[in-house]
Amino acid sequence: MSVTVEVSNLIKQFDGGHVRAIDDVNLAIEEGEYLVLLGPSGCGKTTLLRTIAGLEQPTSGDVLIAGSVVNGLPPRVRKVAMVFQSYALYPHKTVLANIVFPLKPEKLPKQERESKARWAAELLGIDQLLDRKPRQLSGGERQRVALARALVRAPHVFLLDEPLSNLDAKLRASARDELKRFQQRVGTTTVYVTHDQAEAMGLGDRIAVMDKGKLRQLGHPVEVYDDPADTFVATFIGSPPMNLVPRDGTLVGFRPEHLLPVSHVTGERVDVTFHVDRIEHLSGDRHVYGTVSGLGEENRVIARLPATVTDPVTPGEAHAFGVNIDRLRFFGAESGTRTEPIRVDAKHG
Amino acid sequence: MAELVRDAPRRQELDGTRRRLADRDGFLAWIFLVPTVVYIIVLVAIPFFLAIAFAFSDVTAGNPSYDWVGLENFSRVFDDPVFWQALRNTFVFTAISMVLIVVFGKVLAMVLVADFRGKWLVRFLVLLPWTTPVALSSITWLWLLHSIYSPIDWVLRNVGLIEDNSYFLGKPALAMGSVIAVHVWRLVPLAAVIMMVGILSIPDDLIEASRIDGAGFWRRLFEITIPLTFPLIAVAALFGAIFTFTDMAVVYVLTGGGPTNSTHVLASWSFVRGIGGGDIGQGAVIALFLFPLLLAAAILILRSVRKMETI
Repeated sequence: MSVTVEVSNLIKQFDGGHVRAIDDVNLAIEEGEYLVLLGPSGCGKTTLLRTIAGLEQPTSGDVLIAGSVVNGLPPRVRKVAMVFQSYALYPHKTVLANIVFPLKPEKLPKQERESKARWAAELLGIDQLLDRKPRQLSGGERQRVALARALVRAPHVFLLDEPLSNLDAKLRASARDELKRFQQRVGTTTVYVTHDQAEAMGLGDRIAVMDKGKLRQLGHPVEVYDDPADTFVATFIGSPPMNLVPRDGTLVGFRPEHLLPVSHVTGERVDVTFHVDRIEHLSGDRHVYGTVSGLGEENRVIARLPATVTDPVTPGEAHAFGVNIDRLRFFGAESGTRTEPIRVDAKHG
Repeated sequence: MAELVRDAPRRQELDGTRRRLADRDGFLAWIFLVPTVVYIIVLVAIPFFLAIAFAFSDVTAGNPSYDWVGLENFSRVFDDPVFWQALRNTFVFTAISMVLIVVFGKVLAMVLVADFRGKWLVRFLVLLPWTTPVALSSITWLWLLHSIYSPIDWVLRNVGLIEDNSYFLGKPALAMGSVIAVHVWRLVPLAAVIMMVGILSIPDDLIEASRIDGAGFWRRLFEITIPLTFPLIAVAALFGAIFTFTDMAVVYVLTGGGPTNSTHVLASWSFVRGIGGGDIGQGAVIALFLFPLLLAAAILILRSVRKMETI
């Protein structure tokens, strides 16, 4: 597969160099790929997207689109399309005029422009709204108009900046599904910015996790979830986050769903004593809060027991829990990055 | 129980002190409205009805006794060619000034929102004409346009563009042009500030979206910025029109209506007739001609403001 968008050694400084919004990021996005930039607010993900779009110029490093360096070029020649968080529809124009607008610089005959716009509108199921003004549309409809406007020019890449965050929670799940199916149908390379890990896990072919301007990990959602590159990724992704227990200068990590009563742990396991404080019942699962001992230093952790685990767990009591040894991850206590496994006493279940 | 009893009156007392006059919205509304209402009645409504009354009277500066003369003042005003000249001038003056004010105001507004070094100085200088009293700035312009010592003439002469003096205020067309130029110079800052507010109110997202959608400077200007700020442009234009339409200071100081009454506008002609000439009846008739046009302008302003609220 060929690479559509590439950034190399990208650095973006603000405030005369006091703030590094993007700190030496390298990233290659393949043709047709759905890449999600994920990170907390202020991590530089939106700045990275805007730099690809040409709305910001990099302090150093290169941005390549479709094989050519586009540093310094204005957005209009980059053939990118962007969907803003606010959708940024032109309020004084009708839906049709909004969708036609990106085609105007292309010197097409008026007829052809309109038929292209109608095609895009039909694809997104908004062809009956063409005469409306944006303020007469619902949030979901506005999002589709913004997508149609992005689609109509057949861009090299879609840049989506938190397009679902203005929708209410209920609509968000269906819009997410729609967005993914839409992209699969048109097959256009997409860079999607979000701070919502559920969106990232659900939409991305690959996820790029960013923090403080640095790219922390790039990989398939399962890989990022199962094999986090450092403690930031481990605790940022997953809800509740990965448990970390200090032991001999190392942090031992395991996901809450892998901390189970011993009878439910198959294969080689490490045993711990779990002092339960309280229990939350969330969508069929039990989230159990407490302290573990026996794995390393005593530390607060969370266990997530699926509905299929019916063993009684009582707050205020100690229970025998265990973690499959293959599910343990190890991080340097100082650096926070992944390290080689250390020896833990294991038993066969 | 004893404590409760002791507490009760104190709570009441607190309630009493808290509810002051300032908490009573109905009362406050009246207090705040009164100055405006008084101002409008004393300085707008009374003079307006006085003007209507005087228009049908033979009141002069020398003989203020009121005698009804019907439409005599109107027919005398209409028979005077200077009135028609002044009416025409008012429209020409207003129309040309308004177009120039809007165009220059828009350009200046875009300069004002741009980010560059020393922008506070530029903003300050730009607003200077608006903050200077008209009479003062007009006198400055009077010197600049002086028939013999005009520095503008001097520069043009030395550059080699003209051989003789221009006599800016001595030839009818040039005098009218000068009046318009001074007016535009004076009102452009106000228009620019109004339009700057419009430009600043456009969300950044929209401008960025249009840049990504491939729009260059001109397309962005004509398809995004101007339509989105149109209500404010209209307000700026109408303010400019009203100020121009009713203004007499620039004409009065600069040309005094001359040469040979060629630059009179309604306001200055009304002043010359009514106050200078003492014929208050005729002055009132001329001034009344401003009313229907100002009313139309006011309605247009209110409409565009309403349109602004619905966008």
